[in-house]
Amino acid sequence: MEYVIVGAGPAGVIASETLAAIEPGADITLISGEPEPPYSRMAIPYLLAEEIKEEGTHLRHTAGHYDQRGIKVVHERIAKVDPATKTLTYESGGSRSYGKLLLATGAAPVRPPIPGMDLAKVKSCWTLADARQIIEGTKPGDRVVLMGAGFIGCIILEALFARKVKLTIIEMADRMVARMMDKTGGDMIGDWCRAQGVDVMTATKVTAIKENVDGSLSLSLEGKDPIEADLVVCATGVRSNIAFLEGSGIETKQGVLIDNFMQTSVPDVYAAGDVAQGLDFSTGEHDVHAIQPTASEHGRTAARNMAGHKTAYRGSLVMNTLNTLGLISTSYGLWDGTEGGDEVVSVDKENSRYLRLSFKGDVLVGALALGLTQHVGVLRGLIQTKVPLGKWKQVLKDDPHQIMSAYLACVQDATRRRAA
Amino acid sequence: MQKSLLIDPDKCTSCLQCEMACSFEHEGVFNPARSRIKIFEFEHGKRAVPYTCTQCAEAWCLHACPVEALVRNPATGAVEVKDEICVGCKVCTIACPFGTVNYNPDTGKVIKCDLCGGDPQCAEACPTDAITYVDSAWTGYERMQAWAVKTDSKAASA
Amino acid sequence: MSWQRQVLRVNLTKGTSKVEPLNMEWANAYIGERGLGTKYLSENMDPKADPLGPDNVLIFATGPLTGTMASTSGRYAVLCKGPLTNAIACSNSGGKFGAEMKFAGYDLIILEGKSPKPVYLHIVDDEVQILPADELWGKGVWFTEDWIKSHHSNPNLKVASIGEAGENMVRYACVVNDLHRAAGRSGVGAVMGSKNLKAIACHGTKGVKVDDPKRFMKVVKETHKKLAESGGRKELTKVGTNAMIDVMQEWGGLPTRNFKEVQFEGTSKINPEAVVTPNEHGHVNLITNKACFGCTIACGRIAHIDKEHFTVVNRKEYWHASGGLEYETAYALGPVVGVDDVDALTFANFMMNEHGMDPISFGVTLAAAMEMYEMGVLTKEHTDGMELKFGNAEALAVMAEKTGKGEGFGKELGMGSKRLTEKYGHPELFMGVKGQEFAGYDSRALQGMGLGYATSNRGACHLKHDVFGEDMEDISGNNKAKPVKDSQDRVAMIDSTGLCLFTTAGWGVEDFVAQLDAACEGSWTEERCLESGERTWTLERMFNMRAGLTGADDNLPKRLLEDPAPSGNAKGKVAELGKMLPEYYSVRGWTKEGMPTNETLNRLVL
Repeated sequence: MEYVIVGAGPAGVIASETLAAIEPGADITLISGEPEPPYSRMAIPYLLAEEIKEEGTHLRHTAGHYDQRGIKVVHERIAKVDPATKTLTYESGGSRSYGKLLLATGAAPVRPPIPGMDLAKVKSCWTLADARQIIEGTKPGDRVVLMGAGFIGCIILEALFARKVKLTIIEMADRMVARMMDKTGGDMIGDWCRAQGVDVMTATKVTAIKENVDGSLSLSLEGKDPIEADLVVCATGVRSNIAFLEGSGIETKQGVLIDNFMQTSVPDVYAAGDVAQGLDFSTGEHDVHAIQPTASEHGRTAARNMAGHKTAYRGSLVMNTLNTLGLISTSYGLWDGTEGGDEVVSVDKENSRYLRLSFKGDVLVGALALGLTQHVGVLRGLIQTKVPLGKWKQVLKDDPHQIMSAYLACVQDATRRRAA
Repeated sequence: MQKSLLIDPDKCTSCLQCEMACSFEHEGVFNPARSRIKIFEFEHGKRAVPYTCTQCAEAWCLHACPVEALVRNPATGAVEVKDEICVGCKVCTIACPFGTVNYNPDTGKVIKCDLCGGDPQCAEACPTDAITYVDSAWTGYERMQAWAVKTDSKAASA
Repeated sequence: MSWQRQVLRVNLTKGTSKVEPLNMEWANAYIGERGLGTKYLSENMDPKADPLGPDNVLIFATGPLTGTMASTSGRYAVLCKGPLTNAIACSNSGGKFGAEMKFAGYDLIILEGKSPKPVYLHIVDDEVQILPADELWGKGVWFTEDWIKSHHSNPNLKVASIGEAGENMVRYACVVNDLHRAAGRSGVGAVMGSKNLKAIACHGTKGVKVDDPKRFMKVVKETHKKLAESGGRKELTKVGTNAMIDVMQEWGGLPTRNFKEVQFEGTSKINPEAVVTPNEHGHVNLITNKACFGCTIACGRIAHIDKEHFTVVNRKEYWHASGGLEYETAYALGPVVGVDDVDALTFANFMMNEHGMDPISFGVTLAAAMEMYEMGVLTKEHTDGMELKFGNAEALAVMAEKTGKGEGFGKELGMGSKRLTEKYGHPELFMGVKGQEFAGYDSRALQGMGLGYATSNRGACHLKHDVFGEDMEDISGNNKAKPVKDSQDRVAMIDSTGLCLFTTAGWGVEDFVAQLDAACEGSWTEERCLESGERTWTLERMFNMRAGLTGADDNLPKRLLEDPAPSGNAKGKVAELGKMLPEYYSVRGWTKEGMPTNETLNRLVL
């Protein structure tokens, strides 16, 4: 079988490796849209912070990793997919066929439609190339404005802070990381940043950016005084890379719609990772997660299905973890609660600790945490296994920090029942 | 024959010798806060449970790692953290449904049980045999794997 | 290394704290924990100070081996001037708090002054906060621990706190850590209460380093093995300290009904066999055993009360597990008050832990009250209508709770036996020394124990010397002075290391020394360590002398000196203190009046 994987991020790479493992000797081609060896965007902030070198961002470290597995890595960008003829057309002009295709083209940053976004000193931070430009373009003391305090924005924030620039964050939402934190948690992260000298402006909208005579930038804000900057980094969100699918007949909404076997609306075409709009474990809806664990699970599951091992996907659980200048935040599943459910909240603002657990009946369905670094994963375990908490639910309602005890007690009891 | 840690909570007295042995082995200092194995005590001391990585077949941590910093050691079966590669993104800490990969703020990297390269010091230090290192066949390893499968978001082959 | 070389000094009056370097000259002379704490106490306060006033100083002290892999490395001591005795108080405890305090980076915490309002300390490594305890004041230890951990979203915090007894300054209130381990004796909890300090909560991530890790691990492996193989250790693991109740019963040294007798007819109902035997409802008292930090013995007991027992029927909040009976609790809540209802004893013990009181002093005080009741000195008018007779299990349970909460006759019991018996005109019924009540060994049947009690610097105490072997070999008072003196020094040394005295079930001095020598810089020999123990003992004595105590305080109650033991091996014998004490002063190098001579002080560099 001729397998073609478009996109060399985690979903694409894991899928190609899984295919190679299931079907040794198969014809596998991994098409990367960027010139570098497959790398991880997750690692870019650490490159920016100069904690690692470029090699440190690479997804795989062993020389000949892809060759050894019979995976051909090709650097091309795709212009068109034609499922009728099973052909891909490259932007460079060439084309190729496929037997089974995996779309793992990921996502790309979106820029708000305001004047000045095309200025040279307004950057995104998405690719290694972007990172290099930011590294070269900033020095300690520079005034840097970070537009967007979402998940990606916060990752970059850490790196920019480490570069000792003067930072201002501008966020349209009423709090930081609105997609993974409620108001309490988002505000606590904001306060934490402010305490470390970062200017945080939430519920603030940039209306235009213009270049001053001295080369610096001036940002106009809605209903507020304008601010000056030497560099603007834009992290106002990402969108699945689906433009090239137009006219292909492959059904898309926010991303490529896939069924429970990771297949698109078109036979022999699958999708995985940030480009895929797949099943969400918690909601049962289809959604684009754009997170590493989902990309990894998608990649593996798609590969199994492509290789003919029919594997139903139970859906991925949304989860995020973030280190905002040393404050670690985590969110899982239905962290903002669910209809007919209940929850428990524990807040210690003074010490920046926060825990919110959401239940449906006696099952944990979502969680938020600030300052939790030990055994965080059990939250996933409890949510994903849907273990009935029984009497432990009340214990958690009284003190949510008993989560580890609850987990162990419930798991042990379950294991013992099985053993007996 | 692959070996595994066999944990019998009923024998645990919560003395934390294992935590000290673990932190000494990995950090050169007695520091339970940095131990890869952890004793959880609850119900007013009625129960104590030693808890660490089962080196599960599924290896959620390994698959979630964006930079291949988690690697399985073929000799021991343990999934090990390559410190020089780990960037500290913590994705593995939220991906492991057992909560046995932890972030170490001192180093900015994650830590997890590596079976001490095949000579686990926790088992060596345990005075009550609550933690032993035995052939995997004896450990109810399959039971642990069954649990791992249960926590899998993917169903078994349909 | 092995010391963290840091002292945290907190001024509660001003609400300030600062970190200062550990005085290494003192550490080298006094090792740590009890010894070093004594030195710091002596240097930081006037021994004449009112023990419940702001000038008393409260010290939490760990030892160099606290928080290491040496077995039983969880010990810490609480020192101050004691409100029960007006002498130096030094109570040590296990659990996990001590090691955590060390992991946070502190060898000692020194608490000075008095907070204007109730507060607690919250320590996470270098961060030290003095926080309001309004929501905790008036609450028990269990509530306090849970509340603090939950409030700070930190289950890793280890908490040492006082219950209502400490707040109310019950003279024998203790400091309880980890729900049921306690710095139990001499009223250190009352001093904490007098300072308006409710709790110290601590979490540390710094770890403890030893000087020669390789050698230390080798030594520890050997000492672990030695301890594991010892018969005494096996007994402690299997049945706990309460193994002693059958031994003392058979010997005839089990103080019964306020020391009127030395054997108790109800022992079989509260001994180790009783706690594992199902009662008429099929309930078994003992659940499991439990270790303190680093302990490879695990003598601690975890028990629960039959839900149908009168003490807890309809009181669901006491149906959970908690600290079970150990020898001293079994004795002081059992034979000495004549009660043999195991669940009533367990309930009373729960009260001790929850409200923060020393069961020994409580039990012996209740015993004196019962004796006065039976004599007609006390009546139902005094006792809230309770029939305060020996053997009344209900009286035990009710009075334990009332004393803990400071209600009714409980307030009187909170004074301790000495003050209570004096108040009602019968000081001869006080069974203790220097104001502190006896543990569960009768001085008539164990002569060396009697001498140890009389000369113990913190008042009557069974844990400051170790002459069981000598006492059981020779029931007379002959040749007891030297072993008492030597073991007092030895125990003072062991109490200064950060390890538990119960390891002597398998270890000799050489084992403590080997571990110290590998863990600490410098050369630690048996001679140096034992001399350090003697120095500590003598410094404690000097503290007491400066506080106003004299040789006359090295005494035993008339009952033990004049009323012969009515049964057992020592039938017809009295305590031979009059013969032993002068010998003791002599081997100590003290004057006939019990004052250390200049020569002795110079020899010990004091």
